[in-house]
Amino acid sequence: MDTDLSSQDRKDLDKFIKFFALKTVQVIVQARLGEKICTRSSSSPTGSDWFNLAIKDIPEVTHEAKKALAGQLPAVGRSMCVEISLKTSEGDSMELEIWCLEMNEKCDKEIKVSYTVYNRLSLLLKSLLAITRVTPAYRLSRKQGHEYVILYRIYFGEVQLSGLGEGFQTVRVGTVGTPVGTITLSCAYRINLAFMSTRTTAEDNAAVYPSVEDSQEVCTTSFSTSPPSQLSSSRLSYQPAALGVGSADMGYPVVFAGGLNAAHPHQLIVPGKEGGVPLVPSQSPHATQADQERMAMCTPLDGAHYSAATPSSSEDTETVSNSSEAKSGSPHDILETIFVRKVGAFVNKPINQVTMANLDIPFAMFAPKNIELEDNDPMVNPPDSPETESPLLGSLHSEGSSGNSTGNTHDDFVMVDFKPAFSKDDILPMDLGTFYREFQNPPQLSSLSIDIGAQSMAEDLDSLPEKLAVHEKNVKEFDAFVETLQ
Amino acid sequence: MGISRWQGQARGSWQSHPGPARPCPEPALSAAQGGGLPWRAGSAAESQPGSVLAGRAPPCLPPGHGAMNCRSEVLEVSVEGRQIEEAMLAVLHTILLHRSTGKFHYKKEGTYSIGTVGTQDVDCDFIDFTYVRVSSEELDRALRKAVGEFKDALRNSGGDGMGQISLEFYQKKKSRWPFSDECIPWEVWTIRVNVVSLANEQERQICREKVGEKLCEKVINIVEVMNRHEYLPKMPTQSEVDNVFDTGLKDVQPYLYKISYQITDSLGTSVTTTMRRLIKDTLAL
Repeated sequence: MDTDLSSQDRKDLDKFIKFFALKTVQVIVQARLGEKICTRSSSSPTGSDWFNLAIKDIPEVTHEAKKALAGQLPAVGRSMCVEISLKTSEGDSMELEIWCLEMNEKCDKEIKVSYTVYNRLSLLLKSLLAITRVTPAYRLSRKQGHEYVILYRIYFGEVQLSGLGEGFQTVRVGTVGTPVGTITLSCAYRINLAFMSTRTTAEDNAAVYPSVEDSQEVCTTSFSTSPPSQLSSSRLSYQPAALGVGSADMGYPVVFAGGLNAAHPHQLIVPGKEGGVPLVPSQSPHATQADQERMAMCTPLDGAHYSAATPSSSEDTETVSNSSEAKSGSPHDILETIFVRKVGAFVNKPINQVTMANLDIPFAMFAPKNIELEDNDPMVNPPDSPETESPLLGSLHSEGSSGNSTGNTHDDFVMVDFKPAFSKDDILPMDLGTFYREFQNPPQLSSLSIDIGAQSMAEDLDSLPEKLAVHEKNVKEFDAFVETLQ
Repeated sequence: MGISRWQGQARGSWQSHPGPARPCPEPALSAAQGGGLPWRAGSAAESQPGSVLAGRAPPCLPPGHGAMNCRSEVLEVSVEGRQIEEAMLAVLHTILLHRSTGKFHYKKEGTYSIGTVGTQDVDCDFIDFTYVRVSSEELDRALRKAVGEFKDALRNSGGDGMGQISLEFYQKKKSRWPFSDECIPWEVWTIRVNVVSLANEQERQICREKVGEKLCEKVINIVEVMNRHEYLPKMPTQSEVDNVFDTGLKDVQPYLYKISYQITDSLGTSVTTTMRRLIKDTLAL
């Protein structure tokens, strides 16, 4: 076999790479739509399934990908990148992942294009399917809906990783050697989820989105397909023990807390869905903004309802410092509101907690809660039980609280969202978790209480001599009575 | 677009049509190179009295001399009792996703076409984790059955709850009568399981997430191994296809595989109760 690629081989290889790039984009974007993907196997080939995998083609995505590629193929120095970012209903956005399809110069001349390369590309796509479910953004994307949406952007050229914050991690999906170079597919994902507050002043906004505004072909589309119920099941827990482990252990819920070194004491409630007021999308899914940004967004109800206490450590200016000035109400007033709302017997607690995710701080839901709320929560600590241990788990923090050392002492407790298996809280007003919590400490049955018994016995004993004396006086009457019976 | 047609005999000519033209596949088994015995210790000989054999094909002899070098990967997880099944299924399905192709349809002149493999996401109920598996109910059933047995054995062992389940990919090498076919493994995945018991619901919640994280790591490990592109059996001719692939499923075609498990008793030594399940060409559904 000669070392130069035959023209047929070259044509085939180019075609494979092009369709591989298109399918890669499809897999990544579909994995971030927020719903489960299911395609059918077919034993008879349909003729349109590249790489023998059933991957649907969303036309819009294909269109955007082709537009970004503009007839070119990934080559050395020209990589195809898919950027996944999160945008809250407040307008803040944050890059979560960059998926890169790169080509380097290391060639494998001996490899057979139409056979080995094709099969290996197919294997790489399968690996991509598996890996897209494993990065942190997957779970975020499954819970997108009213509070935030996941967006994608495709660009071609140099990889820009600066938007991922500090300490981002990389996972390599795989490589395939070809006669013209080695294709590499990898993902760089954000660890530090402390939100960059970009809503300080209006004039700052222009400089806020460098990665979106300044890069090449910009196309941003969001898919916000989750039903409202998904929000109820968002996880609120994190494990500070693994903070700072970074490269060795990749713990995924941990990464949410990676940047939350600052305390976020109060994450307050926006009434949200509880009041039954529907959330209004700010624009229809297919409207186009000036910069081609298409979004389906839902705004929160009533911005005035929330505020946040100033965090005790402000080394991360990233979060709440800006919101407190603008909002009404003192924290205590809001707490009052919370208490009132929480007393109801069938209040669906998880929804409360989710709406507590302060829209000022979109990732507040992953931040520790103030212990005061929990202490006063009648559902968590029923009044008649003696000092019950708070369900907030102290052991979470026993392993290490380095991440929270700057926080207030209330951060020792972390709310672990209680999610019993199989319970779905979008159907019943009261879910299994709430039921369990509420009836966790029932009061004791009064009939089992010893005091009453003990008391009456003492009384009985005391009154016994008197009764005896009375009976002895009436002995003759008793005798006469007995005689009448005989 | 991607019609998969495989060109005929090795004349080196490639047809030009939209899909990839492929040369004739080479014979299935290359000569077995000498190598160490790759077979995992503890997997005893065939046809133990208590073992259940599925399928009609004759059992394989354990590989003797001339066995190819078999690569072996070990994964370890610690799970709570009710997470065993889902964790095992997640790992096994992820491996089989990479080790399954579409169904081959051989045509005249030695060409064949390959079917399409669909995939689906599976959410775990007891673990915060989602995995991807091939869309094949038969395969899913077979795995669930094996994992169910493993789980029962683990639960009933009464020991400290340790065991391992092995997924082995092998090739068959036909021998002349009266000798049975040889099974030559080329890849073995072993998942070591440590079962923990938890005291209360809060611990279970934490366990959900921790095990989810661990499984994410395992998936990344698996993908890493898969993408090393190490030895894979060559694509077989029609007569040899059953020596390489499990052709008994109707919608996908995984490489020939078998699942076995071992339970470690409380003394930490491997117990001899190895039940071998041979899941072969046809599955006992």
